[in-house]
Amino acid sequence: MRAFTTLDGLVAPLDRANVDTDAIIPKQFLKSIQRSGFGPNLFDEWRYLDHGEPGMDNSTRKLNTNFVLNQSRYTGAQILLTRDNFGCGSSREHAPWALDDYGFRALIGTSYADIFFNNCFKNGVLPICLPADVVDRLFATCLANEGYRLKIDLAAQQVIESDGTAHHFDVDAFRKECLLNGWDEIGLTLRHADEIRAFEASRKAEHPYYFR
Amino acid sequence: MQQAQTLYEKLWSSHVVRQDADGTALIYIDRHLVHEVTSPQAFEGLKLAGRKPWRVSSIVATADHNTPTDHWEEGIKDPISRQQVETLDANIREVGSLAYFPFKDERQGIVHVIGPENGATLPGMTVVCGDSHTSTHGAFACLAHGIGTSEVEHVLATQCLMQKKSKTLLIQVDGDLAPGVTAKDVVLAIIGRIGTAGGTGYAMEFGGSAIRGLSMEGRMTICNMAIEAGARAGLIAVDETTIEYLKGRPYAPAGDAFEQAATYWRTLTSDAGAVYDKVVEMDAAAIRPQVTWGTSPEMVSDISGVVPDPAAEKDPVKREGMTRALAYMGLEAGTPIKRIPVDRVFIGSCTNSRIEDLRAAAAVAKGRQKADSVKQVLVVPGSGLVKRQAESEGLDKVFVAAGFEWREPGCSMCLAMNADRLESGERCASTSNRNFEGRQGAGGRTHLVSPALAAAAAIAGHFADVAELN
Ligand code: SF4
Repeated sequence: MRAFTTLDGLVAPLDRANVDTDAIIPKQFLKSIQRSGFGPNLFDEWRYLDHGEPGMDNSTRKLNTNFVLNQSRYTGAQILLTRDNFGCGSSREHAPWALDDYGFRALIGTSYADIFFNNCFKNGVLPICLPADVVDRLFATCLANEGYRLKIDLAAQQVIESDGTAHHFDVDAFRKECLLNGWDEIGLTLRHADEIRAFEASRKAEHPYYFR
Repeated sequence: MQQAQTLYEKLWSSHVVRQDADGTALIYIDRHLVHEVTSPQAFEGLKLAGRKPWRVSSIVATADHNTPTDHWEEGIKDPISRQQVETLDANIREVGSLAYFPFKDERQGIVHVIGPENGATLPGMTVVCGDSHTSTHGAFACLAHGIGTSEVEHVLATQCLMQKKSKTLLIQVDGDLAPGVTAKDVVLAIIGRIGTAGGTGYAMEFGGSAIRGLSMEGRMTICNMAIEAGARAGLIAVDETTIEYLKGRPYAPAGDAFEQAATYWRTLTSDAGAVYDKVVEMDAAAIRPQVTWGTSPEMVSDISGVVPDPAAEKDPVKREGMTRALAYMGLEAGTPIKRIPVDRVFIGSCTNSRIEDLRAAAAVAKGRQKADSVKQVLVVPGSGLVKRQAESEGLDKVFVAAGFEWREPGCSMCLAMNADRLESGERCASTSNRNFEGRQGAGGRTHLVSPALAAAAAIAGHFADVAELN
């Protein structure tokens, strides 16, 4: 996995609560058996005026100029400001794949759906939770200032505004280590293969019918 | 004496392989359900890393999301969907499994329907699947939850997941349900009460006399939608209803082994005096048939209610969400729910496509006719076995006589990855679990209801109380 240490990135505001994973990457793109290439279809139904299907030439499609990510001031944004319960709905990992492929490396919001939150960490995308009043203020400042950027320092667990104001965020210690180092979790788990084997053997002895 | 434990704590502690000081645990996985959409990248990752699957006998697989529900003889026409289903075929052929129910197999069906009906979901198991509605299996006192594709690969490679313990939430529903009120109405009412993020971070146990009075089908409907309340896992304790359901299922133990297993399974309940992090109490008798009016399952009303007015909502983010939802849904505040006309009706999905659901819909449809204004009523059984059972009871004939379409099993219009979908602007009474924008087709408008209410809407042409039909 790609490591995440620090980021100084342009911020884009997506001012909606309960953004579900089907809005992030609509179902028709889930037919792909690849892990990459989802970026052009991130938020497809909001971003384009026509209906998107896999295999279309996205560069020729009509953009919805009202959609926030289509405003030129947000081109190249790496941090997405979000609202409550971002990433709810389907467990599709294509959602963080699409965010990542588009260029987002971090999300800042008040809350995320569990499975989505988890999936982000597996893909080097950092979902940050800050208090609602701070997120409100970041939205306001972002909208008022073109070219608005934020710094994120994962080791220090801080989001830093341009005037130096720092906001602490919580992150699970293990997930933080994995992200900072870009560790492969499967490799980490397999270091405990003997313990897994021993557990399995005793469970099988006790409950053989789970193992047919 | 041992401290009183919740069911969740029992399931958790019986699966911890190891635990680190910070609470991160390796949890052993007993059952791994696999479908075509979220698995190809995991199998590929495994192969690229030169790793072997840990225990293929934990795998039960089927193709459900992309498969068509009619003209099976013509195969899967969409080449991209076909490639995904064929990729699953190839992966399972190469790797192996306990059971595989491919496209057209007589036991093929929705992954969350086939697990339980084949006895591949057993009490006390950890069950995972690359699908958020894996919470369904919690109805059997399983620790069951959806995972992403990276975790699918992790389970394939290690038979474990890295997890932290969840908090516990008890939803206690006591009292008797009014006639015509079903499990679907109960769970929609719960979500209406606690909100779509109300269960986030919790394992959500459902208890109380109203839950114990439900069949396994009803309990699966409830746990299925735990994820719509934000909880990755739903749970219901084992009782005799659970044990009875499992007798004679193909992958359940048989004979003496069954009795021995059942003795253990009966311990899979929360102990008296167990402490939860949060408890919510609901009065079953007060629950009415439910209909969602918005684009989130928490946007729900009684059938006799009206579309709410965003202006009355104080929270600005919620108000904005309501306004956006009403615009998307093409509804005006104050409209009685019963005046909302529907264009299509969908009876199916892992929430409501089991035999009991089809019986409830057929009981309403029997001797009646779909309204002319309704373009299509799809009835999609959850599996080949459900389909055959329904046909042996003559339910298919009831549906066809009423002008409904009787289809082959699959996810179908629940998420519209195959050809079954809403056109933009069309309004649907649906027994599925998500009413998000575009869920059943771009621009489509979904109202979540029970099977009985879906059938009533098909007959009346608008939402209606079953008792008020002609
Ligand atoms: S029926 Fe719907 S919710 Fe259930 S697994 Fe299929 S797509 Fe998902």
